[in-house]
Amino acid sequence: MGMKQKLDTLKKKYEGTKMQTTFSALHTFLYTPNETTSSGSHIRVVDDLKRTMNMVVLAMVPVLIFGIFNTGYQHYLALGEIQRASSGFFSPEFWSWNNFSIGAMAVLPLVIVSYVVGLGIEFIFATINKHEVEEGYLVTGMLVPLIVPVDIPIWMLIVAVAFGVVIGKEVFGGTGMNILNPALTIRAFLFFAYPTWMSGDKVWVLGARAMEGQPDAISGETILGALAQGNEMTHSVMDMFYGFIPGSVGETSTLLILCAGIFLIYTKIASWRIMLSAVIGALVMGLIFNWIATTGWIAETNSFYGLMSTTYWHHLLIGGLAFGIVYMATDPVTASQTNKGKWIYGFLIGFMAVMIRVFNPAYPEGAMLAILLMNVFAPTIDHFVIQGNIKRRMKRLKVKTN
Amino acid sequence: MGLLSKKDANLILDPLLDNNPITIQVLGICSALAITAQLKAAIVMAVSVMFVLAMGNVVISLLRNIIPSKIRIIVQLVVVAALVILVDLVLKAFAYELSKQLSVFVGLIITNCIIMGRFEAFALANKPWRSFLDGIGNSLGYGLILVIVGFFRELLGSGTLLGFKVLGDPIEKTGVYAFGYENNGFMLLSPMALIIVGLIIWVQRSRNTSLIEDE
Repeated sequence: MGMKQKLDTLKKKYEGTKMQTTFSALHTFLYTPNETTSSGSHIRVVDDLKRTMNMVVLAMVPVLIFGIFNTGYQHYLALGEIQRASSGFFSPEFWSWNNFSIGAMAVLPLVIVSYVVGLGIEFIFATINKHEVEEGYLVTGMLVPLIVPVDIPIWMLIVAVAFGVVIGKEVFGGTGMNILNPALTIRAFLFFAYPTWMSGDKVWVLGARAMEGQPDAISGETILGALAQGNEMTHSVMDMFYGFIPGSVGETSTLLILCAGIFLIYTKIASWRIMLSAVIGALVMGLIFNWIATTGWIAETNSFYGLMSTTYWHHLLIGGLAFGIVYMATDPVTASQTNKGKWIYGFLIGFMAVMIRVFNPAYPEGAMLAILLMNVFAPTIDHFVIQGNIKRRMKRLKVKTN
Repeated sequence: MGLLSKKDANLILDPLLDNNPITIQVLGICSALAITAQLKAAIVMAVSVMFVLAMGNVVISLLRNIIPSKIRIIVQLVVVAALVILVDLVLKAFAYELSKQLSVFVGLIITNCIIMGRFEAFALANKPWRSFLDGIGNSLGYGLILVIVGFFRELLGSGTLLGFKVLGDPIEKTGVYAFGYENNGFMLLSPMALIIVGLIIWVQRSRNTSLIEDE
């Protein structure tokens, strides 16, 4: 008897009991369910929720692997044990076993904790509310370890994931009902609850926090942090593009994120309208700030000057903006639904992200706040787009009837 | 209840749970968010509101037959303002630090929706004793939520209760801080108070499903 039959019989056995949702979740996760709709006409497609979610997770795997290597690389680089990667994207200094092993030791626990806690809560709520376990958390669970600093204590992550899944998602009714992106809710919670672990120059490099105050202490500022302080940028543009820079685990490599974005657009999982308009929005705001900096309205000593004078397209390479645009702004649940709405929604995300970045050095990560803000406004944007459409068509109708 | 008749006792008990001014009527939210970061401030606020509401209800109830209905709001405002000034002065005289901590929110008791709401809905139509009980009941219901929210916000946000370091010292790393625990800064921000109130409403409604409105 194969695994599938075994599960089928097990499912029959547990039908009607409390554990039914848990079993059918496992069952549908592994195989196509054995009951299909038999009557009526239906459109049959293969890209169900599970397939969609898995594609996004697949798109995140390269970023995760890169993040693991980068964690080790930044750690050893800060300790002075290895040289800066010098020969392009495939530098041997970066892709070394040493980097991978120490990075994996730090990153994999975050992935596991995020999945265990989040899915645990999901299963509990599915059992209480007697609904199917949805696959929605598969993506969130993968996003969470990618957008936190690597040194974050595990218990903080547990608290934050529990908060994010319950308050950000389950209270609204679970997958597909949430207003805010759950992964960003989790990050926002961490950011406001434990700011010393989420910003500054001690949290982005593995082990930096533990060595604080010692003579051989290491530090690694993110580029955004450095610019907000008015410091010189020490990384080359190519480093920023490849992702050999300190930052949250998975957000650094713009190159891989770009590839993932193209993959998601090609498979029609994510909306290219949102991605493109968000990039345009960021560039427009960057250009406006560049222009202000060149006119000389603000002095070079001004605290905004460092970030304002950053070359406009560099904004896409530093911080989590690219990551946010590709993986989180395009979340179909929390984004605008109408095509015109998507343009507005995406544009404002890019625009706001750069604006928050520059004007509020205390919140160096503008992308998170910009996306959360626009999540809240997405239904409003849709409302006005739809109303505008109705009005236009009513006018056309009137012209005809007259 | 030997002291009170059943009807009178309900005046006090109802607002505590099934007709709570904050979680059911959603009144007086602003102060619940603003001053609950410290338990002490929450308690002082609750007591102040209790004084103002109970006394105000009695005064309005006594005046209920002679207030012309056209100017009743003005009269209510005068009564509540007089009582609030009294509270404010007492706090300034005997608990200056706390009064500074509560800052404008003592003065803003005037605009607390619960007070005008009870004047309008109850005191104008009931006798002084019943109005007094209603005032006590509603301010107890208000205070209960304030204390619950204040308890969690102070405990998780600052690691203290009423100023006592119940979780150990965060700087010298004693108590739970020795294990790497840290205070949750989010608890000190107002949004978290809103979320805690939301959680209380959630618990309340799942215990008593008759509170859930029909869709």
